[in-house]
Amino acid sequence: MKAHRIAWSALILCSISAVAILAASSSWLTKVPDADRRRVNPYAGDPQAIAAGKILFAENCAKCHGSDAEGRYGRPSLRSQRVESATDGELAWLLRNGSLTKGMPTWSSLPEPERWQIIAFLRSLPPDISGFAISPPH
Amino acid sequence: MSPTCGLINATVLLSLRDFMIRIPKSAVRLSLFTFAIIYYAGSATARAQEPPYFVTYSDVLEEPGNLEIAQKGTTGGPQDSHGFYSSTLELEYGAKAWWTTELYLQGQATANDSILFTGFRWENRFRVLPTEHWMNPVLYVEYEDVNGADKSVLEVTGHDSIGDFQGSNADNRRDISRTIEGKLILSSYPKGWNVSENWIMEKDLMGGAWEFGYAVGASRPLSLAAASHACTFCRQHFSTGAEVYGGLATVHNFGFNDTSHYAGPTMQFDVPRGPTLFFSPQFGLSSNSAGVLWRIMASYEIQQFRDLFRKKEAQ
Repeated sequence: MKAHRIAWSALILCSISAVAILAASSSWLTKVPDADRRRVNPYAGDPQAIAAGKILFAENCAKCHGSDAEGRYGRPSLRSQRVESATDGELAWLLRNGSLTKGMPTWSSLPEPERWQIIAFLRSLPPDISGFAISPPH
Repeated sequence: MSPTCGLINATVLLSLRDFMIRIPKSAVRLSLFTFAIIYYAGSATARAQEPPYFVTYSDVLEEPGNLEIAQKGTTGGPQDSHGFYSSTLELEYGAKAWWTTELYLQGQATANDSILFTGFRWENRFRVLPTEHWMNPVLYVEYEDVNGADKSVLEVTGHDSIGDFQGSNADNRRDISRTIEGKLILSSYPKGWNVSENWIMEKDLMGGAWEFGYAVGASRPLSLAAASHACTFCRQHFSTGAEVYGGLATVHNFGFNDTSHYAGPTMQFDVPRGPTLFFSPQFGLSSNSAGVLWRIMASYEIQQFRDLFRKKEAQ
């Protein structure tokens, strides 16, 4: 009997978590704190970081967002106006926190310098990427 | 439980039966052999984000749509018992960005005894908070159906001890336990390190008191920034750390009395476009613990497994 009560409690706790996550599912851009929004990419424009970011993108991001970063199966393009107009700090916040209800996982376990390298690479993508593809690392 | 998956796991063990007779020495070779087969069977995979722990869980969940297949091996030669090799096949799927579900199929082989399938586990992990904090909680709920011959040591709770490794497989397998297990997982990332703490509660549905346990791990990649060129042995592909875990007795006699504890260094190598390999020697810290447990694991992440079932046009 006690075991059943515990099982129900666990189920209720999980449900509450799910509701809490769903309740926080509005646009991620509106949730970025000002301090995070203003953060500057220490690797901005650094060719070495861009090259490293390209490898990291191919390893971690391309499967969902496409090797051309234009999105796949309804997953968002990283060349959209929304991403282009976001600050580096906002993108860093998104990579760290994810957008769980939208399917974007948190990448906090990826070291912070690697997350900045990915952002440096995204900023280096040409505006028109038709025919552009990111080759996987060898 | 999938009988097919169970069969695969059992077949791997059975086909190497002769090899197993000479464990524990040959068990190390068996591990290397098994992992070599898996390595060469690898396909489109990516490195796992997970820290290099065998028992401790971090807040890292499987990315939604990804399927991770892992083969976890444990071998040892506890005092007054025969050497053994325990094999666990893990199938981990990212159902949502905040929910990971995982199936374990377990078996073991003991020298001068037998090889057997010991049971299965089904676990679910839920991220509690929608954003990152200095400490990130994850809830873990698991159902286990394993028999007493299980030697996987995937966690230590209650009064688990070296006695669990003794006795024959024929006797031990009669002791069936169906348990629910809950964990509170806490993780943080100070200065590039991962520090994770687990608080474990376990209850046998067939009777018995609540049992408790703990696990703590800390790890760090050798480099926090990636190299600007593709390379196999760059420092960013290696992580190292340590973990300690043990039992905390039961609700009736909570504490360290008659409990077992282990600690050891852990290492991880993410092979670019290949598997992730883990290794750890773990040392018993109390008279109730088995001397040394050697652990090895190979895991493969099939990225966006669910896309395999989607129509090309939808892309």
